[in-house]
Amino acid sequence: MHLVTDVLVIGSGGAGMYAAIAAARAGAAVTLIDRSLIGRGGATVMAQMTVACALGAETPDHWTHHLADTLAAGRGLCDATLARILCEEGIECVRELDGWNVGWARENGRMKQVTAPGHDRPRCVYVDFLDTGPAVARTLRTRVIRSDTIRRIGDLAVTDLAVRGGECAGAVALHLVSGEIVTLAAKATVLATGGLTRLYRRNSASANMGGDGYAIALRAGATLTDMEFVQFFPIGHLAPRLIGMDPIMWDPFRYKLGGRLLDGSMREFTERYGVTEGGRYVLARDVATHAILKEVEAGRGSPHGGVYLSFEHCSAEALRAAFGPVIDRLAGNGIDLTRMPVEVAPIAHYHMGGLRVDATMQTCVAGLYAAGEAVGGANGANRLSGNAITEALAFGRRAGSHAAARAARSSAHGWTDRAAEPAIARVRSEAAAAPQINLPHAIVELQALMADEVGPLRSAGKLAHALARMAALRDATGAQPPHAGGFDVRRLDWLDLDNMLLAAEAVARSALARTESRGAHQREDYPDTREDWRVNQLVRLRDGALAIERVPVADAPAESVTLA
Amino acid sequence: MKHATLKIWRGVAGEAGGFETYSVAFEPGQSVLDGLRALRAEVDPTLAVRFSCINANACKECVILIDGKSAYACTTRLEAREMTLEPLRNKPWIRDLVSDIAPPAERLLPPNKGTKV
Repeated sequence: MHLVTDVLVIGSGGAGMYAAIAAARAGAAVTLIDRSLIGRGGATVMAQMTVACALGAETPDHWTHHLADTLAAGRGLCDATLARILCEEGIECVRELDGWNVGWARENGRMKQVTAPGHDRPRCVYVDFLDTGPAVARTLRTRVIRSDTIRRIGDLAVTDLAVRGGECAGAVALHLVSGEIVTLAAKATVLATGGLTRLYRRNSASANMGGDGYAIALRAGATLTDMEFVQFFPIGHLAPRLIGMDPIMWDPFRYKLGGRLLDGSMREFTERYGVTEGGRYVLARDVATHAILKEVEAGRGSPHGGVYLSFEHCSAEALRAAFGPVIDRLAGNGIDLTRMPVEVAPIAHYHMGGLRVDATMQTCVAGLYAAGEAVGGANGANRLSGNAITEALAFGRRAGSHAAARAARSSAHGWTDRAAEPAIARVRSEAAAAPQINLPHAIVELQALMADEVGPLRSAGKLAHALARMAALRDATGAQPPHAGGFDVRRLDWLDLDNMLLAAEAVARSALARTESRGAHQREDYPDTREDWRVNQLVRLRDGALAIERVPVADAPAESVTLA
Repeated sequence: MKHATLKIWRGVAGEAGGFETYSVAFEPGQSVLDGLRALRAEVDPTLAVRFSCINANACKECVILIDGKSAYACTTRLEAREMTLEPLRNKPWIRDLVSDIAPPAERLLPPNKGTKV
């Protein structure tokens, strides 16, 4: 089957849906596709609480202050242009969502804003109770449905882009329900495929965030940046087993109630890493992740290999006032926070790296745009709490309007069947090509490898070993997917593993090359941050092999507007 | 470790389906989806099951029939007994535990009138 559209948006999380809305608003015919259900896959729907933007509703604020905090958190590696777009345009997006009745928490009519670690003032809006992500996804989905010019197609997994003469002409996709290959011609294409947290054993994102967008982009000739910087969320839920709740759900508890981080002997430990919390939530994500893992390594962890998080000092009434029905869901899991601590440990949460784009969100492949977490650079070496949804909204909106402008300028599609031939050949399966290995097991093996050797604590030895194991897994996976029909999960597993291995290799090679420690990238053999490493690393696929290049940081001095 | 016996509907639309029975080891507290994922990685990678968010009950994709009642695999706990897992009966069946659950306006093709279980 062949479909034709002006703007193709791949991925229907917050960034993809906002891109579709913006492109349709600019007059383009849009096709919005997702490998899962529209508006339900990806990371947006999983967001628990904070969306950072300098509204100034709580205290006087200006986006330049948000920008200064974002650049500081990024440890010197942010692309200042992208960070500025996030901080400046995020405000309009948050207001637009407010107009679409997303339901930002309010007090006496004004939007409530809380302080998150790394922000100099209360700056994060949210939807109670832990409903920020679902509310944002629901609101954008409603707007998408109301548009007559956005066609929505779920269960459609893009396998590659079609590139002709250096320009993106559309995509090749696998229709999961029927097993058929679908080609899509587009004048402009937006990749809003999210990050790569599925590469890790414990992660907080959906199963469809396996870095497929990065692998697809590399094969299309696009450039990735900052791939070594994977953010671990320090206090992901570890034990007791909790179902029906996202493992990052303790963050909102810390925003509202502080909470105490304790080692295995129930003693506070963050002072050993230079930070006194004093019942407040001030610990940055990279510092907290490092501290918790070092405690566990020193034998001072909790029984399941993390640390304790305690709200035992809070009254039942205070907990109920702050979290309402969530307290009942915890009770259903046998957890009473007034009487027991929980165990938490770092969990793969977000990818700072991603596609390198210009201020129009276009990659170096003409006609190929990126939005949301798929984009690299805005957050440097460490992302500030609350910037992910803001980035999804601001980058999505911008990518959609620029993609529509390109489509309006293009008189004809660049599609030729020939441009799609290599992509179709890759996905076409032969009965004889059935792999000899259990693919879901190989994915589990890769996730363990990434967690243990390409995780928050790295060394040359671990990284080299990981790269060797990845090469062996690639050999075992074979060159072609297994034969398939409707919803044959083996073919999807093969495509996923193939993409995951390429994304994983990009992370490991970038990490091996960066012989210093900075933000989310911590090398045990190079523990210091070095000024001569204040550079971005770009990754490209050249003749089938990954090539890494160092470039100066595209920064600009942060000048904050003085507030009255 | 305890063991659950999972009686799972297997087959492909257009062909006859039937139950197959598997034993899954689990730690108390684990979900039916945990069991299905372990089964795929350890025993039978061809078992088709759809899910996205894994544990948060946000994506709503893992809805199946558990002991005859519609339920989310991610929020139903494994138990040390026989549990019967089937695809939804009111949606077009595709394969094993997967049915065509997308809203009709968001499908590539018109709903296939195909086999229901």
